[in-house]
Amino acid sequence: MTERISFRSAQKKALDIARTRLLVGGALLAAAFLVIGVRLVDVTLFSENGPSRQANARNIAVEKKMDRADIVDRNGILLATGLKTASLYGDPSIIIDPKVAARALVGVLPELSEADVLQKLSSKGEFVWLKRHITPRQKYEVNRLGIPGFEFDEEERRVYPLGRLAVHAIGFTGDDNKGLAGIENSFNTALSERSERVTLSIDVRVQQILRRELAAQIKKFKALGGSGVILDVHTGEVLSLVSLPDFDPHTIKQASRSEKLKEEFKNQQFNRTTLGVYELGSVFKIFNHAIALETGVANMASNYDARKPIRSHGFTISDFHAENRWLTVPEIFMHSSNIGSAKMALDIGVAAQRKFLTDLGLMRRSSIELSEQQQAIFPAPWTELSAMTIAYGHGIAVTPLHAAAAVAAVINGGILYPTTLIRRDELPANGKRVISAQTSADMRKLLRLVVENGTGRNAEAPGYLVGGKTGTAEKPTAGGYKRKALISSFIGAFPMNAPRYVVMAQLDEPKGIKESYGYATGGWTAAPVVSQVISQAAPLLGIAPVDETAPNARRASAIKVATPRARGQGIATN
Amino acid sequence: MTTFSRADTSVMGHWWWTVDRWSLAAIVALMAFGTMLALASSPAVAERIGVDSLYFVKRHLVFLPAAAAVIIATSLMTPLQIRRVAVIGFVCCLIGLSATLAFGIEINGARRWLSLAGLSVQVTEFAKPTFAVLTAWLLAEKLKDNSFPGHIFAVITFALLIALTISQPDLGQTAVIGAVWMSQLFLAGLPMALVVGLIVLGLVGLAGSYLTLAHVASRINRFIDPASGDTYQIDHSLAAFANGGLFGQGPGEGTVKNALPDAHADFVFAVAGEELGLILTLVIVALFAFIVLRGLLRTMGETNFFVLLAVSGLLVQFGLQTLINMASSLQLIPTKGMTLPFISYGGSSLLAIAMGVGMVLALTRRRSGQGEGT
Repeated sequence: MTERISFRSAQKKALDIARTRLLVGGALLAAAFLVIGVRLVDVTLFSENGPSRQANARNIAVEKKMDRADIVDRNGILLATGLKTASLYGDPSIIIDPKVAARALVGVLPELSEADVLQKLSSKGEFVWLKRHITPRQKYEVNRLGIPGFEFDEEERRVYPLGRLAVHAIGFTGDDNKGLAGIENSFNTALSERSERVTLSIDVRVQQILRRELAAQIKKFKALGGSGVILDVHTGEVLSLVSLPDFDPHTIKQASRSEKLKEEFKNQQFNRTTLGVYELGSVFKIFNHAIALETGVANMASNYDARKPIRSHGFTISDFHAENRWLTVPEIFMHSSNIGSAKMALDIGVAAQRKFLTDLGLMRRSSIELSEQQQAIFPAPWTELSAMTIAYGHGIAVTPLHAAAAVAAVINGGILYPTTLIRRDELPANGKRVISAQTSADMRKLLRLVVENGTGRNAEAPGYLVGGKTGTAEKPTAGGYKRKALISSFIGAFPMNAPRYVVMAQLDEPKGIKESYGYATGGWTAAPVVSQVISQAAPLLGIAPVDETAPNARRASAIKVATPRARGQGIATN
Repeated sequence: MTTFSRADTSVMGHWWWTVDRWSLAAIVALMAFGTMLALASSPAVAERIGVDSLYFVKRHLVFLPAAAAVIIATSLMTPLQIRRVAVIGFVCCLIGLSATLAFGIEINGARRWLSLAGLSVQVTEFAKPTFAVLTAWLLAEKLKDNSFPGHIFAVITFALLIALTISQPDLGQTAVIGAVWMSQLFLAGLPMALVVGLIVLGLVGLAGSYLTLAHVASRINRFIDPASGDTYQIDHSLAAFANGGLFGQGPGEGTVKNALPDAHADFVFAVAGEELGLILTLVIVALFAFIVLRGLLRTMGETNFFVLLAVSGLLVQFGLQTLINMASSLQLIPTKGMTLPFISYGGSSLLAIAMGVGMVLALTRRRSGQGEGT
């Protein structure tokens, strides 16, 4: 009986302990459920502050990438912009059956190779690109497969609405939306990290005219290529920059398909205006004359004996349009006399020539915002013979843009402005005087004279007082020059009574045709481009035509082209 | 449902008037939510693995009536029958677990599934409720007859069971089994010093698994420092809750759930959060809490020690499983694969939970002649 009682009391005691402890356990479980409830409210309503930020981390990273800014022309025309596209990637760690997944994917994206996809999906990592930039339709099809492990990243695809029009200025981006060439490259940080819109100095309307006219002329004269530049002489802004052949920035990837395409793309990608250096031939007489006038070794009335070719150090310098007589300084320019120019250069001297060419910015890196740049190639040592050949543009090679910028300084009153591809909203204050206003005024008249009566008559655009200078250079080869391979150029400007724009055109190896009597010189090939461009672009640029017979306009070329003196008279060369 | 007269003395009539109808109602409500969420969460998963999109729904709808039948059938039993079923069941489970190790289906480096007559069975699920009842019996018997080596048997059976579950390896289930067993010892009046000692032992075990098992270490590392590895599931789980907001996207309208690989099973709670919204999800939490806490409170008045220990063991198991699943989905603890009772898809788990709940209902039925009835 006592045993029974003790058992009962023992059980009662055990039950009491159990009940107390049950209460503790129950309270713990209740607290746990309460924690669940609180946490539930937290992640549902206050998710921004919670760890779900990590869930959005991927998207945030993508958002940041989306912001690469637009590139527009000087009038706000869109040149480069971003298009949001989906890119498909695989997460092999989630893919359940790579074989099934690969087969299904190739079923909706037939351009992919099944073996390739399978290999990617069977890899170890957690991220493999499967196809970049797919269409919304393709994204829908992939989603419809419902296979876990196929994911999309929102990416930006760079789109160039005007295609190849200004491709060498704008450049292009690579797969990861990083700028690889042109402004896309040099302004990559501003465009992608600071998301700043870049407004170019390019005017697509005149860009289009220059490109079309140049392309037509290249075709007509079966040239290898060509380049063109339009420059604002008072600001250094590049309104047009054309290098032909060019390419479509959307299809650069296809260039890697074969060696031939690669080679072709290399040629197309080459920016002839800033990366190509050329001996420009007689165009350099602009600088030679400017230096002679500026230094005072010659004036507009000086004479030089151009009766016989110069023989020096085994070289013969002769005239292409030989007059075989004494020529005045304006005549040397007008008839593009090499002999006269070389003699002027001897008067100038090596040191002065070098100093002025340096002042004109020809010897240093351009300020243009492109990494595709080349500096001048000049003779070392710079001898008297060098000075003589440089006078008519041989023995020194510069980029077309360098030459255009220097010509702008020669005619705008004598101030050199740094060239730029970015629109200037104010007149630049950083111009540097390189020649006097008087020399500049004389040079304007000389340039007008060439178009009115000299070798550049084909550049005339009625009403716009075009001035300019032709240049025809034989292409250098190892140890000499190729007679039949020419670089034919024309640098013009308008209107010469108050110049606003420099227009330059250059053709690489044009072949003479019947229409040009077999000639492939700058006057026959490049000058007509400048004529066409000016007559079409001037109205767009707001330049009113003038009556060329009006006294004001006459004054632009009012030079006394002095009659040559009698044989034996005049200033002999030293 | 009041189709039974008070005077009805048929088996069902008697059952209806003695069973805890409040808990029963909560269970029915959970099953309803479970059905809805199975419809919402599983088609995307089914399509992903290439079966009929309603594959899981159909199976769930086959298992659900079966589960209901198990609940009713189990709850009709007397405590003595429950004890016998549990002991026989536990022996079967030990055999089944051994067979699993030998012939089991290996998934992701673990053998947890046994193929029985064309059905895949996760034996551990059934071991949990039967073991809880067995432990209760051993401890109650010890109290009744001090000469009965109840504690020794409890330790031996526990050691046997966890040896088998650890070898699978299934650490989550081992932890749940261990926690339930310890809570039963705690309720059975184990001295506090030993209770503390056991808790320390448990923690040492967890630390040991962190140090020796690579996948455990990886999960815990990812929990502590999300940047250290892939947090895909948990990120999407939290995103699903946030997307649901207060009122949810509506049943079937969730979008984040489509990216959740385990939406129909371990992460079904996140689908609930996205589609039903905060309010209804809190209702679900409350239903679970209600079942557990009401059951525990009712056992406070229990005088049969076996019933007290068995019911509280089963309820602690039910509650722990619920809490672990929810806490995983909410990133309160490292991700641990654990089904949400009645809501997650999974035949074994559903039937085993039904068995456990059926046992609770059976043991908490009002009985005439309470006391040392067993």
